[in-house]
Amino acid sequence: MLQILLLAVQIRRDSQGRLIRVWTVGAVSPFERVGNSGVTGIRGAWNHYFALQNTSRENERLLHENNTLKLQINQLQSKAAEADRLAALLNFRKSQQSVPMLGARVIGASADTASQTAYLDRGERDGIRRNMAVITPDGVVGKIIESYRDTSQVLLLTDKDSGVGSMLADSRIQSPVGGTGEPLLAMKYVANDDAVNLGDRVVTSGMDRIFPRDLPVGTVAQIKPGNPFKQIRIRPAAKLESLEEVIVLLSLQPLDLKKEPETPSAGLAEKTAPGLPRPEKP
Amino acid sequence: MNDTYDLRVAETHIEVHQFRGGAIVATTLLALLVQTSLPVYFPKFSIIDLPLLITIYFGLSRRNPSTGLLLGMAIGLLQDSLSGPTVPLGLYGIAKTIIGYLASSIGARLDTEHPAARFALTMVFFGLHQGLIVVTRRLLLAQPETWFTMRLGIAAAVNAVVGVLLFMLLDRLRKK
Repeated sequence: MLQILLLAVQIRRDSQGRLIRVWTVGAVSPFERVGNSGVTGIRGAWNHYFALQNTSRENERLLHENNTLKLQINQLQSKAAEADRLAALLNFRKSQQSVPMLGARVIGASADTASQTAYLDRGERDGIRRNMAVITPDGVVGKIIESYRDTSQVLLLTDKDSGVGSMLADSRIQSPVGGTGEPLLAMKYVANDDAVNLGDRVVTSGMDRIFPRDLPVGTVAQIKPGNPFKQIRIRPAAKLESLEEVIVLLSLQPLDLKKEPETPSAGLAEKTAPGLPRPEKP
Repeated sequence: MNDTYDLRVAETHIEVHQFRGGAIVATTLLALLVQTSLPVYFPKFSIIDLPLLITIYFGLSRRNPSTGLLLGMAIGLLQDSLSGPTVPLGLYGIAKTIIGYLASSIGARLDTEHPAARFALTMVFFGLHQGLIVVTRRLLLAQPETWFTMRLGIAAAVNAVVGVLLFMLLDRLRKK
């Protein structure tokens, strides 16, 4: 036995050192492993189940902090969106300084559940009269149908009594676009032979003598064959369901807006304010 | 003056409710204000006809056809005034006068306090109100108007649900 031990002390393994070390390590390491697992398990159990007095408090604090941060983000997003809209309005006004126009806020809606109108915070005292055009930097909104001393009422494009002289921006095919009482507008008199594609831009033609030529009206969203005209639905360019600020063109004479170089984006804001930094949308 | 009194019709006891001073006027004005303000921020809200719900509620509660008729007329004309030139004065006035009268008359004959009864009555009155508007537009104004759309069906159900909840809230304005 002693001989074997002495031999083991002397014999070397190439990679693992002396044989006695191999045996010793091989004999001890399973116990070490078991011991380590036990200690780790006990420590884990202690940390995760028993030593949690502060975790609940910490969790509450973090939740509170998280909610506060969410609120702050919402407020900042709202402010950024408002700044975005106001910057677009300002850019538009700057680019069209020769055109008399007035910014106004939407303060109310129609009491009639079926009609699509909105009240503005500006009226006759500010020079607003019936049949003046109302737009946003995105596109056409509607026209003034009633003007009171300090407020006025806009008939939105989506109202079924509404209409605007329009044409397809590329092919220059003209046809009035009217409201349907639904979110989409209808382009009424485009012959079946005329080529129209989904996504085609529709702009004002100026033929109604209310809206200046080439203002964005919307984009073609649906096309169905009809008799004798195609049934075309237009998605409005202006966000008519969430209007907050608008521009009233203070003239009853046909106006010519300065045309800016075309950009891939259909919105007037982008067209009239090239190169200007626009705050990032949240 | 008694706060409530019994109306005996066909051997049934139906309570006629009185409201706190100014409650009807304040509620009506608030309803019109909310009707014209909220859709700016929540466009889907425009599906709810709060002035109609107020007309129905006070008609059913007061149970006096004359009062119901006059209240309906007043609310309808105010709604017409706030709707702008696309809605001729009298369109909602006519419809709500009739609804106010009918609600008061039915309220005087039936017990309409149960939520299920209120739900059903609000749906029926909403449909009738819409029918009256369509008839007025077609016959008196010669305007093409569709009788029924899916949106109207949904609106009737939504208004009935909102009506039941609103009526429970308005019950708190009654004198005990």
